[in-house]
Amino acid sequence: MKTCLVVDDSKVIRKVARHILETLDFNVEEAADGREALDHCSNQLPDVVLLDWNMPVMSGMDFLTALRRSENGEKPKVVFCTTENGLGHIQAAIDAGADEYVMKPFDRETLESKLQIVGAA
Amino acid sequence: MSMHDESGGATQILAGLLQARTGQVISSGRYWRVETSLKPVLAEYCIPDIDTLVAALLGADNDDLVQSCVEAMLNNESYFFRDTAMFTMIRTQVMPVLQKARADSRRLRIWCAGCSTGQEAYSLAMQFADDRQKWAGWDIEIVGTDISNSVLERARSGRYNQFEIQRGLSVARMLRYFRQDGEDWEINSDIRAMVKFRTDNITRPSGNMGQFDLILCRNVLLYFAPETRHMAFSRLARSLGSDGYLMLGAAETVIGQTTSFNACREIRGVYTLQDATRTDRPVLDTNWPFAQES
Repeated sequence: MKTCLVVDDSKVIRKVARHILETLDFNVEEAADGREALDHCSNQLPDVVLLDWNMPVMSGMDFLTALRRSENGEKPKVVFCTTENGLGHIQAAIDAGADEYVMKPFDRETLESKLQIVGAA
Repeated sequence: MSMHDESGGATQILAGLLQARTGQVISSGRYWRVETSLKPVLAEYCIPDIDTLVAALLGADNDDLVQSCVEAMLNNESYFFRDTAMFTMIRTQVMPVLQKARADSRRLRIWCAGCSTGQEAYSLAMQFADDRQKWAGWDIEIVGTDISNSVLERARSGRYNQFEIQRGLSVARMLRYFRQDGEDWEINSDIRAMVKFRTDNITRPSGNMGQFDLILCRNVLLYFAPETRHMAFSRLARSLGSDGYLMLGAAETVIGQTTSFNACREIRGVYTLQDATRTDRPVLDTNWPFAQES
């Protein structure tokens, strides 16, 4: 079973994402900000990270940059999942090492198709 | 008695209208979908309920209302690269054979029958564009057809909202082949130019668009009654080149449906014309060196 780390400061989003991911047979871990997510990753790297952009303590972009610089940090697939829907943000995320990008709001089909594209579902 | 029961007769009439005009069948277990799909039509024409709608349909001079109802009831669900395995198969198995077979004319014609809002046709166009160098100098024509004018208008526009653009389309292709315009995303003109859209009913024998090398008719025939499906298969058979390929949806088959097609022995889920002899066909090269999906 693959593991997905859901990083979002919204409890509701984490709950919705967990529900969808569990129906797709993922083991789901949660983090409320980038710092918490890095702590998770230093213990065990997930297969996929579903990552919000704007969060307190450490943003999604700062987390992604730190993750990709860390040992084996290139391994997890990172799917941004954010309300930042402008072309500039999307391009910046890809340039920083994100594998896919989901514009909120999202539904099950969107998330499933993006996870299939990165080879995780 | 509930409102739903009172409207049961009206629902049946509306489902019958859809079948008569398009061949699509709505099973009684899915009658609930009729009322839901017609809500925008009721609002547009200020009609209070579907019983009143049926009464209006039975009146004179109602062609616009009939067309609106039929289009609203059609199942138009579509998304980019729906069934990724099939697109990979087209790229790595079907296209190498056709490229070899058409090496002299360097011309390929592909028909997406029941193309809805255009995602399948544009997905094929993007796949060819991904392999631009391999197809340099080729004339590739992709024709998308549908019975619904409103979905074809949307297909021609090449504009998709946030939900539509994300379904099945990688962010890499979205950035490469679309431009953001407000809340929507619009396909680039070079991809749009590869696809022609036109109105067509595949159950009508009159349609003649010439012969195609590959026909995709996916998740269309399953909505048809057996006799309508038979007519559609006849039309597809007439439209396919003698060494061309037909592809259906994952849940569809020709077995027990038509004698016009055979399951292709080399590629699962692909069909060939019954009377095409095996010696006419080039040998499949399953090791074609196309790049993996990007």
